Order: sequence, then C-alpha cells, then structure tokens
Amino acid sequence: MISHLRPALVSMGFFTVLLGLAYPLAITGVAQAAFPAQANGSLVRDAHGQIVGSELIGQAFAKPAYLHGRPSAAGNGYDASASSGSNMGPLNDKLIEREKTDADALRAEFPGAVIPADAVTTSGSGLDPDISPAYARLQAGRIATARNAPRGEVLAMIDAAVKPPLLGFIGQPRVNVLDVNRALDARFPMVG
Amino acid sequence: MNWQGWAEIALTLGLAVGIGWPLGVYMSRVWNGERTWLDPLLAPVERLFYAAGGIDPRKGQSWIGYAGALLAFNAVGFFLVYGVLRLQGALPLNPQGFAGLSPHLAFNTAVSFVTNTNWQSYGGETTMSTLSQMLVLTVQNFVSAATGAAIAAALARGFIANKGEDVGNFWSDVIRTTLWVLLPLCVVVALVLAALGVPQTLAAGVTAHTLEGGEQKISLFATASQLAVKQLGINGGGIFNVNSAHPFENPTPLTNLITAVSINVLGWAAFFAFGRSVLARKDVRALVIAAAVLLSAGAGAIYVTETQGPPAQVAAHVDASVNMEGKEVRFGAPSTAAWAAMTTGASNGSVNGMHSSLMPLGGGVTMFLMQLGEILPGGIGSGIAIMVVMALLAVFVAGLMVGRTPEYLGKKIEAREIQFAMLAVLVIPLFMLSFAALAAILPEALKGLMHAGPHGLSEILYAYVSTTANNGSAFGGLTANAPWWNTTLGLAMMFGRFAPIVAVLAIAGALAAKPKLAPTAGAMPTHGGLFVGLLIGVILILGGLQFFPALALGPIVEHFQALAFVAGR
Repeated sequence: MISHLRPALVSMGFFTVLLGLAYPLAITGVAQAAFPAQANGSLVRDAHGQIVGSELIGQAFAKPAYLHGRPSAAGNGYDASASSGSNMGPLNDKLIEREKTDADALRAEFPGAVIPADAVTTSGSGLDPDISPAYARLQAGRIATARNAPRGEVLAMIDAAVKPPLLGFIGQPRVNVLDVNRALDARFPMVG
Repeated sequence: MNWQGWAEIALTLGLAVGIGWPLGVYMSRVWNGERTWLDPLLAPVERLFYAAGGIDPRKGQSWIGYAGALLAFNAVGFFLVYGVLRLQGALPLNPQGFAGLSPHLAFNTAVSFVTNTNWQSYGGETTMSTLSQMLVLTVQNFVSAATGAAIAAALARGFIANKGEDVGNFWSDVIRTTLWVLLPLCVVVALVLAALGVPQTLAAGVTAHTLEGGEQKISLFATASQLAVKQLGINGGGIFNVNSAHPFENPTPLTNLITAVSINVLGWAAFFAFGRSVLARKDVRALVIAAAVLLSAGAGAIYVTETQGPPAQVAAHVDASVNMEGKEVRFGAPSTAAWAAMTTGASNGSVNGMHSSLMPLGGGVTMFLMQLGEILPGGIGSGIAIMVVMALLAVFVAGLMVGRTPEYLGKKIEAREIQFAMLAVLVIPLFMLSFAALAAILPEALKGLMHAGPHGLSEILYAYVSTTANNGSAFGGLTANAPWWNTTLGLAMMFGRFAPIVAVLAIAGALAAKPKLAPTAGAMPTHGGLFVGLLIGVILILGGLQFFPALALGPIVEHFQALAFVAGR
C-alpha cells in the first residue's frame, strides 16, 4: 500500500487540477462566450430590463387573467432555490385527498370538462414550466373573461404556443406557461 | 400507451447500444495502448502524469498489486472529498455562503462519490457550494468511472494471458480511460447541453420579479460540465435536488434523449471493448443480447404500469390514462419509463421523474433491475465485469449438468474462480437485505420514513438496494440525512463497491495464470441462443430467489392494494 501512496497522491492532485478546475472553467468560458443566454439560465426580461423569470423555470400564477401552471411541491410552490417533487406513493392518503380537492375546484370552475392529469398532479421538479395543451385550452375562457378579450383569440394564442414532440414522437406536446402569459400581457394588457 | 411512446423507448435504448459499439472499439484501443487520433494531443499529458507520479506504465502489476493501487487511489480520493466538504464554509468559490457538512453527511457523500454511487442525502442547491460541486464531486465523477473501467480492462487481460502473472497497470488504465475516453466525450456533450439551455455559470443565482409581482430566487451552477460527466460516467448525482427532472438539468425532449443515451452508452461500450480485447466478439454479443433483452423488458414493464389507472387520479375522476404525479409534462410516461429502466439497469441513479411516485410495480421493477447486480449494462467496466461473473456461473451450472470442467473464453473455470464469483454476487444481497431488515425494526431508522405500510418498506429496501448496488437513486420520501442512515448507507456503498471489485480482480489474477486453451468441439458454445437463455435464467434465478420475498412485502403487496382501491371506486 505504501508504495502506492506517491502515485495515488500525485494522481489525485493532477486530476483535481485538470478535471476539477480546468475542465469546468474551460466549459464555462466557452459557454459564456458562445451561448451567454442559455449559460446564464435562459432569463427573461421585461421592457425595463428587469428579470421576470427564466424561460425554463415555472413560476406561480393564481390570478384569473393568467394561465395557471401545475401544483408544485418545491418549497411553498415554485421555489427555484429548493426544487422538489412530492415523493408521495401512489396510495398516499394526502395525495388522494389533494388531487380530489383540486379536481373538485376545477370542476366547479369548468363544469362538465374532463380534467387533465397534469392539472392536479405535482411535477418531479416542482418547477415544471409547461402544462398540457388540454389544460391550457381549458383555461382560455377564464382568461378571456378576466382580460375582456375574445375567447377565440386567447385560444388561438394558446394553440400557437403548443410545442409538438420532437420528430412527432420524442417527448410530449406542451405549452410554456410563462411564454403565454407574457404574450397575453403584451396583447391584452390589464388595466390598473 | 401509444406507438409514439414505444418508438421513443426503442429509439433511446437502441441508440445507446448503437453508439456504444464504435465507442467500444475505440475504448479497447485505449486499453491496449494502440494508436488513436488523439495521441498527439494527449500523449504528452500522459507522460507528464507518469513522470510526476514516478510510475512506469509498462510494468505490469499482479492482481494484488493492481487491487492495492486501486484501493490506495480511492482512499486518497475519499479523504480529499471528506476534507473539502467539511471545510466548505471556509473555502473560496462559495457564493452561496453554505456551511461545511456534518461529519456523517460528509462521510456518506464522500463514500458515495468515490464509489460511483452518487447517493445524495442532501439537496444539491441547498447544500453544495460551487467549489464543492466542481473540485471534488466532478473530479470523482470522472475517476470513479475510470476505476470501474480499469477492472474490466484487468479482467480482459486475465482472459488474454497465457500462463501470465500480471493483469496490467492500474495507473495507466485510469489515466488513459480518463484522458482518452471520458474527458473528450464530456467536453462535447457539455457544450451541446449548454447550447440547448443547461446553465454554465459561476454565479449562485438571480432573483426574478415575477409577472404576478412576487419574487423568485433561481439557483444556478456550472451545471453542464458536471451534468455531462454525471451521465457519461454513469454516476448520477444531481447538481440540483431533483436531478434530471430539473428543467435546468434537462430542459427539452432533445436534452432528455441525449442525457438518457449518455447513461448507457459507455456501459455498452465497455461490453464491446471487452469483446474486442479478448478476441471474443461473438461471446460478448451474447452477453449484450441477454442484457438488452432484460433491460428492454424492464423499460416496457414500467411504461405499461405507468399507464394503468393511478389510484389518486381515478379517485379524483380526472384523466387517468397516465400517472403524472412526479413527472414533467415535457417527458410524460415514455421518457420517464425509458429513463427509469436505463438508470437502474446501469449503476447511474439519476432520475427525470420521481421513482417514489411510480406505480407500485413500476417502482418494483426499478428495484429489481438494481438487484440483478447492475449489469444491464451497468457502470463502465464494472457492468461487464459482473456480467462475466454471471457468465462464469452459467457455464459452471451447465458444467455440473453435463459433468465436464467448464470453460469460458479459452480458460478452464475451476473452484477458485467460482468461489470468488460467488463472493462477488453474495455481498450484494447480504448488505441489501441485512441492513434493510435492521432498519425495518429500529425506531431510529423508521423516523426517516415518509410512508407507513408497504410503501415505507419500499423506501427502506430501495435505499439499501440502491446504495449496495452503487446506483444512487432513491425513493425520495426517505429523509436520509441522519446519523443512522448516512452511516449504514455509506457502509453499504463501500462494501457493495469494493468487495466485488477485489473478487473480480482475484478472478482476473487466477485466470491469467492458466494456459489459454484452443477451442475444442467438447466445450459448450457460449455465443448462441442456448447460452443467452441459460444466462438470462441464471441472472433471474439469482435475483429472483434472493429478493422475491422482500419485494413481495413491498411493491407487490402495494400493487394489490392499488388494484383493490381502484376496484372499489
């Protein structure tokens, strides 16, 4: 063992410099130069240059004029410094109770509608930026009323925002909630 | 279920094997010291490394010398990681202002990253400074993977040698695998991921002012560089708490495809590299087919279970065609099922959806894939090494049936090899089941559980299965950052890693000393369908008999509870 000590110490030092410093710093340098927007978190700014969020990170929406995202288990909801899923097992009582309560509330809001699964389930990350096209379309009427806008136009904006699966079969169709809400604010600004 | 889902799963699994093949040929050239196109760039770095370490790379080591070097290298790595994590608060590059880790968490984490497990008792973005992520965790992601590759290279030499004494040089295997294989691939994949949206910055994060007037603190890291090696090195430790479910680690279906393929590609490459080095391409093709059949069955089974009426969604009368709890909208059931199988079939352990929220049998399949010994295709090198151990057991069983001394790849398989092979496969259930049994009755351990009943037992079982098999994924309801869990899980990782490694190296040493036999008509062929079937049988019987009783009390009971619940609605 003792004869192995020198190579072991030297190699660990060598690897620490090469892989722990040179490699990540070089990647950082290249990424910051070549893809600064992505490398810094795909941040989204308003007209004044203020950061309003990240294109990739969901945020909490509760007002009727906005498209709502999924329930979130990250911190107190969409805490992007403490990502988390619920980790509840399929027969967890709290999960069953929570989904039932959320579904009842949605049914009261949208009578007769089929409630999509993503509307009452928490995502793996708690930061899911997307919802299903079905859940987005379901909310068009509420948004249109709150913004005093034609329902057809809101629906058209949602449909235009649907991202299809890659090559038609990789991943799922989805709607980015923050994208749609920013477009809504630009097109049908809320007074007051 | 739909054809798109099946096509996505088939593509993801298939791409990993397809790309693994040419990479394996290249890996074999690197192990054998043959010429490659990267030599002009890397050979000077390699020479510098030997000169500084006082290493003569041409000097072969006996299996004991090789194992000693491996253990010394890993011991130094352990103390370095432990030290940095304890002192994190006093070290630079800590824009988050995180304090040092507690002794038991630092012990657990150091063992975890040195053993290529990457079990995480902590949440990444709430615990680890930028320096810790880069300087110790990223480094161990590389070198623990190279350590695994080294044992396959040594085992290959055991089969090649004709009455030889040495199994190669550990230092040479580690530096060459790191420089020629891991680093170039990681640079390419890291830059592609950064272009596709994965952050790569030294800043700790930003505060956004949301559309509804709230504040959102968004954590950032040098993510892409660590993510690339986390997947390619089959490590699996997330930069963020939720691992590859986090939109920064996995923003789109394309990044999901790339990172999912990365989980298995070098594991398969090591299979093909072993076959080329030992001049046994056909025999290794049989091993690949056996592993691919089992892995595909696992992925398919999870996809099926995830689309079978989840109880909570049925009770809430919402769309119940897909279990969406713990899943991201952009991934859905197929991406999550393919990933769950690939990450547990390999010893990766990253997740893109929460395994604890999988349907009972889906969660059970992820456990079972780990219990098979991380050979589908397992870690780089460690996977093929244990698969060869399974093949030795298969020819031994066949030899008993026909009354002949078994042979495999031109070597007689005798008592010593089988003793060490049994040691390698029996350490796994010993630690998985004994610790799980203890934890199930100790109040100190039970405090960490989120669920009672069968799902609680699954949390316990999953934790010890995952750590002993050096996987690292979890049923995340378990709060593992406590002395009992950190200590016992750390021990499980240590023995689960190094006991099989020493056993495999002992087999390599014993085989090296034997004469290389010419193939004869009397030996059982080990490349045909019959052998594939026999091998699958041995793998399933070993895994099934040892673990079925425990699985019956966890996921299987829960499955019937779920059926009864849904039927009652």
